[in-house]
Amino acid sequence: MARNAELAELAESIFAASYDTDATGLDTAAWKACAESGLTTLTDPEVGGTLEDSAVLLEAAGAWAARVPLAETDLLGGWLAGAAGLTVPDGPSVAVTGSATGDGTDTVSVRLHRVPWGRALVAVVVLDGDRVLVLDTEDATVSEGTNVAEEPRDTLTFTGVTPVAAGAAPSGAAAELELRAALARSLLLAGAARGALARSIGYAGERQQFGRPIARFQAVQQMLAEAGAEVAAATASSGAAARSAATAGFADPATAFAVAAAKSRCGEAATAVARIAHQVHGAIGFTREHDLRLVTTRLWAWRDEDGNEAHWNDRVGELALRAGADGLWPLVTGRP
Amino acid sequence: MVATRHDDAVAGTSTTLTRLPELVPDPLELPGSLAGLRAEVRDFLAAERATGAWTPRVDVWLSGWDEGFSRRLAERGWLGMTIPPEYGGHGRSALERYVVTEELLAAGAPVAAHWIADRQIGPSLLRYGTEEQRQAFLPGIARGEIYFGIGMSEPDSGSDLASVRTRATRVDGGWELSGTKVWTSGAHHAHAFFALVRTAPRDEKNRHAGLSQFLVELDRPGVQIRPIPLLTGAHHFNEVVFDKVFIPDSRVFGELGNGWAQVTGELAFERSGPERFLSTYPLLAALVGELTAGEAADAGTRRRIGSLVSRVWTLRGMSLAVAGALESGAAPELAAALVKDLGTRYENEIVDAARLLVDTPPDPGAEGGFARLLADAVLHAPGFTLRGGTNEVLRGIVARGMGLR
Repeated sequence: MARNAELAELAESIFAASYDTDATGLDTAAWKACAESGLTTLTDPEVGGTLEDSAVLLEAAGAWAARVPLAETDLLGGWLAGAAGLTVPDGPSVAVTGSATGDGTDTVSVRLHRVPWGRALVAVVVLDGDRVLVLDTEDATVSEGTNVAEEPRDTLTFTGVTPVAAGAAPSGAAAELELRAALARSLLLAGAARGALARSIGYAGERQQFGRPIARFQAVQQMLAEAGAEVAAATASSGAAARSAATAGFADPATAFAVAAAKSRCGEAATAVARIAHQVHGAIGFTREHDLRLVTTRLWAWRDEDGNEAHWNDRVGELALRAGADGLWPLVTGRP
Repeated sequence: MVATRHDDAVAGTSTTLTRLPELVPDPLELPGSLAGLRAEVRDFLAAERATGAWTPRVDVWLSGWDEGFSRRLAERGWLGMTIPPEYGGHGRSALERYVVTEELLAAGAPVAAHWIADRQIGPSLLRYGTEEQRQAFLPGIARGEIYFGIGMSEPDSGSDLASVRTRATRVDGGWELSGTKVWTSGAHHAHAFFALVRTAPRDEKNRHAGLSQFLVELDRPGVQIRPIPLLTGAHHFNEVVFDKVFIPDSRVFGELGNGWAQVTGELAFERSGPERFLSTYPLLAALVGELTAGEAADAGTRRRIGSLVSRVWTLRGMSLAVAGALESGAAPELAAALVKDLGTRYENEIVDAARLLVDTPPDPGAEGGFARLLADAVLHAPGFTLRGGTNEVLRGIVARGMGLR
């Protein structure tokens, strides 16, 4: 992205430096480097980054399959705690919705399913109806699980724990939390799609069959051009949604529409790009030893997280049908 | 934000893992000042529809020939918008023109008469035309009175445009044209076109050399125009035959021998505009109308509509991004090709969805409405992925842009 080339270069240099095809779980070196550069709290008012800066960072993280919960910590956990006037301890965090028992002045109990990076977090910010609870993950029992990309998706059980902090939820928090998560996931998907395409183009130029690189075959060129169009669609849709969020805010109906459309479009692109990337790579891409899997498994995992295409298409479809034949075009164009 | 460069060595990896050329320019935000223009166009279209002057159709930029409508647009200053006032135009931006054209296409308004002249002939005349040519044609284009066709393809030259065989030979005071152009939409109504012809013998080592463009008024002696009916029988395409047609030196267009570069420049305006994903939009709107008329749509239907709407929103963003890049002087050839590939396939997706979501057979005899729009869309669909460069050729351009060939 030309818009913020310096940030993109910084992010890619961090992720490239710690790229390790064999590792799983939190990349502590990359996390430390990101924290030192302010990237783990990019949109915190003290750092001053915008959601469009986040878009650049997350797209790069997706392309490198970075094992750092940047979106979770900055866009979700940090945001929700801050919006509720609470502080969250330094380190990886996330915000999720949950239904806790206990009035929060004393102790609470809650079970949280498939919490992104649960085992690696220092805190989890729970949106429980009209209140926000900041819980220390030291107090949780962790049952480990993963998504299909081997990223931690753990069940955290808190029983009779005292929240680190508690406060009233800002209005519209549930809707904004859902949109923030979907926007972040869209940007990660766009990045992973770019990573899969770039790896495929590189491989097609190196791999020789029938006496020439397979990139010379029109059948391969046509497939990769189609993947290029899908990557462009993912980049464009997620970028436009990030811009809408940055300029109009999440409460604006135009942002809600844009994020829904972007997550849908990025999910559809993920399926096409992963399919083409594997077809171009042949059998080697289907093995553990090849690093293509780092991005394609993320495409498969992330298209289903924070609302799959059916979920968001349903939302967009409902808006379109409510708009009707004459209102549809104004819905698509937005303002002005 | 404070950011420090992270300079750790990259062991065993390379940035080629993520490096790609720019596939799509940065998203463009239309300036808020365009809201007034958009509202004016919408009001105008609503008033037009109230009078019943025309019925919304699909693929209007090929088939909706209505000279009265073109002149009414011109009266409002919506033709030749980017032409400077000294040539009778309005000196407005390409983005302002974009807003007007997308509104017209979405409404299914009959824009075919002026379409080619307004889209690509005006800009080409400004770029390559002589002062006399500009004075002769631009004011008429902006008034909605002079219409153009496209003179590129030939019977044996479709995707392989550099193989054109129409020849121009030097004669006293000008050139003599012989050969045949085909698929010329609207030539039977149009006043002129730019013919791409060979002015020097073919050189196998440089196939793009020796081509030139001529501005051919279609009423010149020796020009014969014959219909090539579409599969529906409708007359939009023509064959234009030149039998020793005299073209004066004043109608050489641009530089002799520079035809290939000029044509390629013309195609940049052609490839990524809103007509490359909105040809069947009126059918999508009618489909939504059908689905809201009866019982509440089921989840599967809602989701299919949601996917189509998410896609058109994305395509519009991509097309606008290319328009913004063109406006700032860039030539995003890769992005334009990719938008057209994606957009024209999308135009077909609307047809498939409409067929299956509403159980109404297409009716080419209906006056208007869903069944008629569906019929026209089904019958026009093959053209979407052919015109302006087939999708396979476009993907070849994308592949080359990505370093594959």
